[in-house]
Amino acid sequence: MNIAAQQAEIVSEFAMFDDWMQRYEYMIELGKSLPLIASEYKTDDHIIKGCQSKVWVHADLDNNKIAFTADSDAIITKGIIAILIRVFSNQHPKDILAADTAFIDEIGLKEHLSPTRANGLVSMIKQLKMYAIAYQTQLTS
Amino acid sequence: MFDTSLDLVQIRNDFPILHRKVNGQPLVYLDNAATSQTPLPVIDAISNYYKHTNANIHRGVHALSQEATDQYEAARQKIQQHFNAKHAHEIILTSGTTHAINLVANGFASLLKQGDELIVSALEHHANIVPWQMLCQRTGATLKVIPMTDAGILDMDAFDQLVNAHTKVVFVNHVSNALGVINPIEQIIEKAHAVGAAVLIDGAQATPHLIPDVQALNADFYTTSAHKICGPTGIGMLYGKEEWLRKLPPYQGGGEMIDQVTFEKTTYADLPHKFEAGTPNIAGGVGFGAAIDYMNGIGFETIAAHENDLLQHATEKLNKIEGLRIYGDVQNKVAVISFNVDGLHPYDIGTLLDKMGIAVRTGHHCCQPIMDFYQIPGTVRASFAFYNTHEEVERFITGVEKAVSMLR
Repeated sequence: MNIAAQQAEIVSEFAMFDDWMQRYEYMIELGKSLPLIASEYKTDDHIIKGCQSKVWVHADLDNNKIAFTADSDAIITKGIIAILIRVFSNQHPKDILAADTAFIDEIGLKEHLSPTRANGLVSMIKQLKMYAIAYQTQLTS
Repeated sequence: MFDTSLDLVQIRNDFPILHRKVNGQPLVYLDNAATSQTPLPVIDAISNYYKHTNANIHRGVHALSQEATDQYEAARQKIQQHFNAKHAHEIILTSGTTHAINLVANGFASLLKQGDELIVSALEHHANIVPWQMLCQRTGATLKVIPMTDAGILDMDAFDQLVNAHTKVVFVNHVSNALGVINPIEQIIEKAHAVGAAVLIDGAQATPHLIPDVQALNADFYTTSAHKICGPTGIGMLYGKEEWLRKLPPYQGGGEMIDQVTFEKTTYADLPHKFEAGTPNIAGGVGFGAAIDYMNGIGFETIAAHENDLLQHATEKLNKIEGLRIYGDVQNKVAVISFNVDGLHPYDIGTLLDKMGIAVRTGHHCCQPIMDFYQIPGTVRASFAFYNTHEEVERFITGVEKAVSMLR
């Protein structure tokens, strides 16, 4: 599934719920399915700066596609990063770089996060794209 | 069981904000230690000041200026009486506690030298740590820390070892904002004075719950912020003993704080104006005075009794939740509960409570050293005020139970 299709699927999943408590419940579920980062990468250089809770992300290039793994000490944060990883994992770096993230506004996620968590979300997206830039450079050099 | 002499229906009608909804639910506001809500008499005092009196104070020749000055100085006197300061000019109106502490710390720069020692407690807010660290960098003085026990109590035996002839200033909070524990400031003040050190008490978290008598305490400096006691933000006070306030140099230069200005030399105004450069927060001062009147109208004994009931109720119920730990669960505390639940991040609990309309604070509460001590990223902190109800405590408990079951 390409990035746009993944995004559309997530938007429709979130639209099924009536209220934000249910959406949070779903995010908690998604957090449990997060592809976990290997423990040797759970180090300070894998922490995303700008998040109030700790978030570690690692990226591997496999068959010209990036596989992200991550973890967090907060469960809702795990859910948020799980959503992003579902969208961006197993995609080509150039597709990740070209992708917009309007789906987050469509879900209404940002406005339902506290300002600190909304900033953390922006930092997460930035970090995933940084990995894409790094691998894209590697592929084209 | 929970009967108090408070007419909560009437009191809550003084606070329009308590009747609003958040995330579709009636608001349960339990973040009072961060800021208290503002009752109509305080809002009206500020509004009336702007509608009928607004003018710049001191030295104005016209009627409005005189009336505004009178109102502002009347507020200072109310504050003086409330805290039982000896003189009104010992009350410096500041923008808040942080400003007050910075004013004092800055003043001590001219009084300290290399080898002098300052003592802070392990339970402090960053506002009562960082200004003194900056002072140490400027003067070569060193900072010593009174350690805390696992229960969240200051280790007074350790304090005895720290105090000596080199000690110049000791600064502790009256009540810890992160844990709600009441510190033994009487002992600290007495022991510090025995070696000739000055003592600053940060009272921001104590003043919503009790009336500190600064003369009985014999504190050299005492600070608080109006917004913690139903007043507006951006105004607070520094109480300082006259002798100390005379020793400290002015903090900021500008209008109001001068006596004579020439390009060769400026002489400074007398207390309290020496420390009040520029046009002050006049409406804030008026609101501060109105807030003190409002709180006293209810009565601090009544406030403390009701808050204590809420605290006992909430503590008892929270302790029944499996894996929940309260930090600073001691007898001698105000109505603040800081807690975590095993394996759960405080942000997650706070986020879900917010979705249920319940406002608590999560995080390090500007007290990273305390969080480091417990080796936790932060806590969930529920802080109660006299206008909170037992029904709200029940909603809070149900909310925590629901959040925990969702997150586990």
